[in-house]
Amino acid sequence: MFALLKYGFSRRYPERNEIPRTPDLRSHYDVVIIGGGGHGASLAYHLAKHHGITNVAILEKGYLGGGNTARNTTVIRSNYTDQRSIRFYAKALRLYESLANELDYNMMYSRRGQLTLSHSDGVSRSLRLRADAGDFCGEANEIVDRQQIRSLVPSLNLDIKGMPVLCGLWHPSAAIARHDAVVWGYAIRACERGVELHQRTEVLGMEVSGDRVTRLRTNRGDVSAGTVVQCVAGYSSVVAKMVGLKLPIRSYPLQAMVTHPVKPFLNPMVSSTALHCYVSQSARGELVIGGGSDPYELYNTRSTLELKEGLAASALEMFPFIGELKILRQWAGITDMTPDYSPIMGQGPLSNYWLDAGWGTWGFKATPASGFFLAKAISENRIADEIRPFQLSRFHSFDLVNEMGATAASH
Amino acid sequence: MTSATPRKGLLIDASRKLKFTFDGREYEGLAGDTIASALAANGEWILSRSFKYHRPRGILTMAAQDANTLVQIGNEVSVFADRHPISDGLAVRAQNVGNSARRDSGFVMNRLSRFMPVGFYYRTFYKPKGIWEKVWEPIIRAKAGLGKLDVTKPTEGYYDKAYGWYDVVVVGAGPAGMAAAIAAADAGASVLLVDENPRIGGALNYARLASERDLVNEVRGHSKIEIWTDAICNAWYADNWLPVIRGNRLYKLRAKQVIFATGLIEQPSQFRNNDLPGIMQGSAAQRLIRLFGVKPGNRAVILAANDDAYGVALDLFEAGVDLAAICDLRKAGHCGPLRSELTQRKVSILDGWCLYEARPEKGDLHVRGVELAEIDAEGTAGKRRRKIDCDLVCMSVGYVPAYQLPLQAGGKLAYDDEAVQFTIDGQDKGVLLAGSVDGFFDLDDCVAHGAAQGLAAAINCGYQSKRRPALPARDRGFPNHPCPIFPHPKGMDFVDFDEDLQVKDIKNAIADGYRELELVKRFSTVGMGPSQGRHAALATAMLVSKYTNRTISEVGVTTARPPVTTEKIATLAGRKFTPFRQTPMHEQHSAQGAAWLLAGNWLRPAYYGHERDAKRLIGEEVVNARNNVGMIDVSTLGGLDVRGPDAAEFLNRMYTFAYVKLLVGKTRYLLMTNEAGTVIDDGVACRRGENYFYVTATTTGVDRIYRNMLWWNAQWSLDVDIANVTAAYAGVNLAGPNARKVLAQLCDDIALSPQDFPYLAYREGTVASIPARVFRVGFIGELGYEIHVPSRFASELWRAIGEAGKAFGIRPFGLEAQRLMRLEKGHVIIGQDTDGMTTPEELDMSWAVANSKPFFVGKRSLEIRSKTLSSRKLVGFALDRMPTAGLQESNLVVKNGSMAGFITSIAFSPTLGKVIGLAYADRSDADLGSRIVLRASDGSEHHAQVASPHFYDPENLRQEM
Repeated sequence: MFALLKYGFSRRYPERNEIPRTPDLRSHYDVVIIGGGGHGASLAYHLAKHHGITNVAILEKGYLGGGNTARNTTVIRSNYTDQRSIRFYAKALRLYESLANELDYNMMYSRRGQLTLSHSDGVSRSLRLRADAGDFCGEANEIVDRQQIRSLVPSLNLDIKGMPVLCGLWHPSAAIARHDAVVWGYAIRACERGVELHQRTEVLGMEVSGDRVTRLRTNRGDVSAGTVVQCVAGYSSVVAKMVGLKLPIRSYPLQAMVTHPVKPFLNPMVSSTALHCYVSQSARGELVIGGGSDPYELYNTRSTLELKEGLAASALEMFPFIGELKILRQWAGITDMTPDYSPIMGQGPLSNYWLDAGWGTWGFKATPASGFFLAKAISENRIADEIRPFQLSRFHSFDLVNEMGATAASH
Repeated sequence: MTSATPRKGLLIDASRKLKFTFDGREYEGLAGDTIASALAANGEWILSRSFKYHRPRGILTMAAQDANTLVQIGNEVSVFADRHPISDGLAVRAQNVGNSARRDSGFVMNRLSRFMPVGFYYRTFYKPKGIWEKVWEPIIRAKAGLGKLDVTKPTEGYYDKAYGWYDVVVVGAGPAGMAAAIAAADAGASVLLVDENPRIGGALNYARLASERDLVNEVRGHSKIEIWTDAICNAWYADNWLPVIRGNRLYKLRAKQVIFATGLIEQPSQFRNNDLPGIMQGSAAQRLIRLFGVKPGNRAVILAANDDAYGVALDLFEAGVDLAAICDLRKAGHCGPLRSELTQRKVSILDGWCLYEARPEKGDLHVRGVELAEIDAEGTAGKRRRKIDCDLVCMSVGYVPAYQLPLQAGGKLAYDDEAVQFTIDGQDKGVLLAGSVDGFFDLDDCVAHGAAQGLAAAINCGYQSKRRPALPARDRGFPNHPCPIFPHPKGMDFVDFDEDLQVKDIKNAIADGYRELELVKRFSTVGMGPSQGRHAALATAMLVSKYTNRTISEVGVTTARPPVTTEKIATLAGRKFTPFRQTPMHEQHSAQGAAWLLAGNWLRPAYYGHERDAKRLIGEEVVNARNNVGMIDVSTLGGLDVRGPDAAEFLNRMYTFAYVKLLVGKTRYLLMTNEAGTVIDDGVACRRGENYFYVTATTTGVDRIYRNMLWWNAQWSLDVDIANVTAAYAGVNLAGPNARKVLAQLCDDIALSPQDFPYLAYREGTVASIPARVFRVGFIGELGYEIHVPSRFASELWRAIGEAGKAFGIRPFGLEAQRLMRLEKGHVIIGQDTDGMTTPEELDMSWAVANSKPFFVGKRSLEIRSKTLSSRKLVGFALDRMPTAGLQESNLVVKNGSMAGFITSIAFSPTLGKVIGLAYADRSDADLGSRIVLRASDGSEHHAQVASPHFYDPENLRQEM
């Protein structure tokens, strides 16, 4: 607050220049991170902050945080099914809770709680599994009945025709945050410690010799690196292919939309499993409405009418008074879906090439933790226990971390 | 500001007066008035308060394009006051205000604005830790939002959808659009002309333009042209799929060719207090005059950078407005015919001057005067100043093309730094642009270009024409100023009215390192408000270009996402349609008192009787089926007819078991795995003939399974026909020790003795004179017959069986009893006792996997998975009684502080007198007699003994009777 007063009474604006101009590309870095989104910036920050690795370049083909970081619906939660996932996302949640103070940058972390609605016995069972699993792992989660749902979200319609709400999963620590601010905060503090952010720098190809990546070709010249990490949600398969790696990923567009801003009436995030729709109200007052991925694979962030119509109908079922509220904008991102709905972290078959991929619809909420654990693993050249279950090799052994049920209708 | 004489305007009817209220005060307007025009006619210019600083705002465009005019009507927030018509009794309220738009206590924020630099919220409110959540966030959140919803009022009104098909859809009925429509229609195409305004004509209706052709009447008289006014084409989707909103109806149109003749969006200039009521676009003033007969002010200053400004000046002059001055940003030397008319009228024209500051009335309620400055050599406001009193400022300094639809159609926006204008190129091949949106500014050029594009569209549709499209040259009359931005040291020089962003906010965002246009946008929120940057995008690009030393082309421009303008959620939703399915016996179940349960889309009887007796009733249904005979409607079960020479081979590939050698007249269990070897469905295959199987699938799975089958066979090309006959057949499962006796009364053409019709056999004949497919399966573990008949006879079948069973005390049982009995029998339900990872081995169902087959879907994965078995298995368990904490399905099975698995099914078995269940447990605990730990939801732990899941009649003596 003091800073604001100081600014108010001063004549000069304190030009912070906190995102440095893109420097010249040097020929070698200890670590090159492909992708300047939340995950790339978080990784760079953790490498520099905790492991003293600062000779790092982030190569971003567009602008900082312009990929899925800019396109997600900012849900942060840990109510998964498998204890390995719960512990990983719980770590991310803890890091998020203190992130503004850690980075000295307010990402407007907003604890709202998440309410997932069940309309069938089958879903009620899967919600109870998540509630019990979360509770077992020390993460607050509980099954709430209709009466409790009414008091949590008084405006919600529980008697949706043909699919009345039976019960809900209440996850009080779930939150939303200003997504852009997360990547900016990480990037700014990483750059302060010597990391180079190269915007408008696209990796066009990579050379592999033996089991190592030896060179990256970019639109601004070639570069070599001790370690290369790809953090390119939405294009994981495309970039991995540059080093001859085939990932078990299918990429689908995921669409969302926001309405005109209205005064706050909805505090928690609410998702309906049967309607495949989730609704939250942003800090600006806009309703953010999203749902399931598109039904077919595509590398395109176009919007479709049908998806919007479906989401609108579903949102209106849940909140019957929003019919005259207007859609402001719809958009899409690309989600890299893995067979078990869990991410891929760790090394692939190449010794100096690390993967941070397969983030489907669960990437934003993992941002602090993926960077935290991957930085640890890269600095020790040994996979951290917390992300060991998420290695690429699990798809060969079928030791999967199945989270299909916990990701279907709420991201 | 009101004229005493009756108003005359193109859209209003002076003979019909209407009364409405704004912020509780009553006003009178005319039929055809918008809220904004009617208020303006009454001298009320303040329509809203701005989002952050609560500054008074009024008419800017009169074109339903800016947030200044957003008001609330009932539960409809953010209504464009300059588009919405008035009606008798209409109650309009201002949004985001303390009490009214005129008196807003929130205006104090305006004084605080100096303490709120761009992005200030990223830098404050979080120290000390915890204070954000406790103190600041609630305060800031309460400030968010414009309108306010009444959450107790469900949306009413009838909203629906319709479809249409046209050769050519033309969006925008201005000169170019009308010319395009005529040319396309003349060549034979069916044409739809769509315009968001109440009247076609576009700028011809309000601007100082004269066309040689009477385009409006040519269009109206053309038999091949359909005209939709008040119709908004709100997006372009792939393959010319256009949502057009008219009233409460959403039309979805498919067009062979689309012509966007969307025109231009006039841009404001940036100077101090450029947002005051009374400062508007030149085109807004013209709209007020010509369309609504409203005099926009008494004394005007005109800010000009193109010749259109002089048209505005003449219009104002003719409407009786004093012209205080015309301030032309351009150096001297622009002498069009319109300017000559004004010089003849001795209007003061200042060439090379800019508007530096607008001076407000007290409370910033209206513009009171302006300070002009001569532009210096650097292109900024110089030392020579002049103050002029006025109550109206009209800006005509430039335009951007209405690029939203073309960009959605794949067009790329570029900036021509020399001609200082945006250009659009590269849109989808089915999309043409016509007129000013494509860079034609002269009226005759627009008409010629429209005609050429209309003809081209018709030819692209396949119509023949002797004429060839002749495109005019794009070289006349560029109306845009390169940078009409004159920052003021004291700010309030707004770039984005929606978000209250000033020139310094953009500059400071860049100074903080947010140099990329998208980062500027996201950091400052410029362009993110309700008008989506229509009036801010160009100025922002200019400023970013200026402060980062790049050209506008290098800076790039932002993307355009649907929708173009507002659309209601109810419009998109249309009629509510939640399908559910009923079996043919639905009414009979109802009559028998069924309590309903939703299974997929199906309504199924859960049990028969009142809810308060549910537990007892379910128990009775079980006991009666076990000891006597029961009947259950199984019509929802999926049914697939698989026919053809490759039918057996097809099943062999789709399912894990082997079917080639299955004899005709026999059934065999079906288990399906996906490519990962995970169990996804089960059922029964009945071999009706050598090349004909009747296959069942789970109620909720069948549609997916059917799709799967088609998908696989699209690759295999086996000679097989697959039909989903689920709805064509209905079924009854007749089960219990007396089942044979009941069936015997209804069936005389199938030998029913155990020798003639043994367990797992399949027969066809008649039951109650109805042709039936009958097979013996044992889901609940009793002697049972599954009887499938064509759906139209199902009701009769249900009646007949009930009648025949009377003597044996037959009673129907519901899904709950069936689930309980199958659990007693240890039969799994796919989806309940399996999850996304379950293998047949985990279920102890390796017997249903024919490993010797060369292939089935999932075989390779199962081979890999069999080498390193998973850590869990599905086991049966039993407890003497239910613990008081209550154990439920999905409670965890824990071991050594870890989750080992979870309960998939659990129930008190009335037959066995104890609690039984199935659960995933650690593999090492799968042996009979092992003890596992079940964790209730309250965290308490309960020991249970692993038992054979075949709790009831493990030797199958009863079902094989």
